[in-house]
Amino acid sequence: MKVEIANLSIAFPSPRGPSLAVRGVSLTVGSEKLGIVGESGSGKSLTARSLLKLLPPEARVRADRLAFDGIDILQATERQMRSIRGKRAGLIMQDPKFSLNPVMTAGEQIAESWRLHRKTSKREAREAALDLLAQVQIRDPARVADAYPHELSGGMGQRVMIAMMMAPDPELLIADEPTSALDATVQAEILRLMEDLVSRRGMSLILISHDLPLVSHFCDRVVVMYAGRVVEELNAAGLARAEHPYTRGLLACLPTLSHPQARLTTLTRDPAWMDGSN
Amino acid sequence: MDGRFQLIVVDNLVIRFGRVEAVSGVSFAVARGTAWGIVGESGSGKSTVLRALAGLNENWSGRMLLDGEELPRRRTRAFFRRVQMVFQDPYGSLHPRQTIDRALAEPLVAQGIGGADAAIPRALDEVALPQAVRFRYPHQLSGGQRQRVAIARALITSPEVLLLDEPTSALDVSVQAEVLNLLSDLQRERNLTYIMVSHNLAVVAHLCPMIAVMQGGRVVETLSAEALRAGRTTHPHTAELRALSTELEEP
Ligand SMILES: Nc1ncnc2c1ncn2[C@@H]1O[C@H](COP(=O)(O)OP(=O)(O)OP(=O)(O)O)[C@@H](O)[C@H]1O
Ligand SMILES: Nc1ncnc2c1ncn2[C@@H]1O[C@H](COP(=O)(O)OP(=O)(O)OP(=O)(O)O)[C@@H](O)[C@H]1O
Ligand SMILES: [Mg+2]
Ligand SMILES: [Mg+2]
Repeated sequence: MKVEIANLSIAFPSPRGPSLAVRGVSLTVGSEKLGIVGESGSGKSLTARSLLKLLPPEARVRADRLAFDGIDILQATERQMRSIRGKRAGLIMQDPKFSLNPVMTAGEQIAESWRLHRKTSKREAREAALDLLAQVQIRDPARVADAYPHELSGGMGQRVMIAMMMAPDPELLIADEPTSALDATVQAEILRLMEDLVSRRGMSLILISHDLPLVSHFCDRVVVMYAGRVVEELNAAGLARAEHPYTRGLLACLPTLSHPQARLTTLTRDPAWMDGSN
Repeated sequence: MDGRFQLIVVDNLVIRFGRVEAVSGVSFAVARGTAWGIVGESGSGKSTVLRALAGLNENWSGRMLLDGEELPRRRTRAFFRRVQMVFQDPYGSLHPRQTIDRALAEPLVAQGIGGADAAIPRALDEVALPQAVRFRYPHQLSGGQRQRVAIARALITSPEVLLLDEPTSALDVSVQAEVLNLLSDLQRERNLTYIMVSHNLAVVAHLCPMIAVMQGGRVVETLSAEALRAGRTTHPHTAELRALSTELEEP
C-alpha cells in the first residue's frame, strides 16, 4: 500500500483544552483513485496535509501508523520529507492562488518543479512548463507562463498548481478540491490527465471534493468524513446507495439541472453522528 | 439599453490588462430583486466583470449604471453601502492577521453602522458557522469556513446588491444548500439583487432565472434557467457545459 493511515488524531490547543479536529481516521490507498468527501471542517485537508507533514506547528498529531511507501512519516526528518514533497508526492492545495509564490511567474514555478528531479537545462524546463500548461488546457501557454499569480483567473491558478504538481511524475498525488474553479469542459480534461497518471504510471490519487457526482463517476473508492471521523467507506460507483444517514442527507441536498426545486433540502445533523453511535 | 427599469446595467464593457483584452464588449441588465447568473469558460472574464462592477478596477470603457445613474470610475462610500462583493478566493480577501471578529466588524465600522456585538454572532449563525470561530484567524479555519466568513462579511451591512463570485464552490453540499436557501430568503425579505458567477450549472439555475454564458471575454449566449434545464441552448459552449453536467447527474 502506498499510503497507510491508522488511527490518526490531530488536535489543536484551545482555551478550553485541546480540541480534536481529526479523531481516529484510518485509511489505505494503493494504485487507485480514492475520493474523500464530507462536511466542511471535518478534517479532510488536515488528514491530507499530515501525510506530507505540512500541518500548522501548533497541531498535535498521533497515529498508530502514518506511512508513505513504507516510510514512517511521524519519525521522518525534515530532510527526508523534502525528498518526498513535491517530488514523490504532490499536494494540490485548496487555495491555489494563495499557495503559489506571488513573486515568481507561473512558468518559473512549473519549470522549477520540473527540474526538481531531472537534470535538464533551464530552456528545456521552460519548454516542459509550456507543454504542461497546454496539457491543463491553458489557451495561451506563453502568456500565462509569464504571468504572476495575481494576473491569473481562479481556474488558471488552479491549473498552474496542478501542472506544478504533475511535473515531477509523482507516485502519490493529493488533490484538495482541484477542479472547484474549473468549468466542466476543462474539468473533464484535467480528470482525464489524472486518470492517465493512475492507469499508466500506477500513481495513487487522493481526491478531496465536495462534488459528489464527480467523485462517484471518477473515483474507485470513497470515504465519507464527518466531524473528524470516517463515517462510511464505499465503492464510488455505489455512492447513491450509501447507508450512513449523513451521506444520504448530503445526496438529498444536491441541486440538479434535471429536477428543479423551489427550496433545497437541508441536513438535520444528528448528535449521534459525532461519536459514531449510529 | 434602457437603464430606467433596471437596477444594474452593464453596457459594452471592455477591460484590458496590457495587451490582453479580458472583457470585449459585455452587456447585460439586471432588474431589482432578481438574480443574474454568469457561467462559462475558465479565464473568460467573469471575475473581471464582477470586479469592475464592484469598483475594484478603474481601467474599463463602456458604461455601468446603478439605479439609472452612471457609475463613476472612483466609487463613493455610498456605493459600497449598497453593493458588496464575495470574492472567488476568500483567503485573499481576508487579512491574515485579522481575527474573524475584526474582519466582520470592519465593514460596519467603515460605514458607521453600530451594533457589531449583536450583528457578528447573528452573521456567523446565518452562514452556519460555530461561534467558536469568532476569535480565530483565517488560517485556523477550513476552506469552506473561510468562504462562509466572506459571505457573512458581505451580508453584515445589509447591502442591496450582492456580487457573488463562486460563493459556494468550497462548501459541502449541505452548507451550500443552507447558503442558497439563505440567499433566496434574503431576496424575498429585502428584495436583494444578485449577480452570481459559478461553474456549477445546477447552482446557477437554482438561484438565477436568467443566465449569461461567457467565452473568450464575450457573452456568447443569454438564456433562461428553464431553457438551460430543457436543453434549449443556441451556442455550442453552452450545450457542451450542459451535456457534461447532466452526464454527471446520471447515477
Ligand atoms: N491552525 C488551526 N487551529 C485551530 N483549528 C484549526 C486549524 N486548522 C484547522 N482547524 C480546524 O480543524 C478542522 C478541520 O479542518 P480541515 O481544513 O481539515 O477541514 P476540511 O474537511 O478540509 O473542510 P473544508 O471542506 O471546509 O475545506 C476545522 O474545524 C478547522 O477549523
Ligand atoms: N490583474 C490582471 N493582470 C493581467 N491579466 C489579468 C488580470 N486579471 C485577470 N487577467 C486576465 O483576464 C482574463 C480573465 O480573467 P478572469 O479572472 O476574469 O476569468 P474568469 O472567467 O473569472 O475565470 P475563472 O473561472 O477561472 O475564475 C484571464 O486571461 C486573466 O489572465
Ligand atoms: Mg479543506
Ligand atoms: Mg473567476
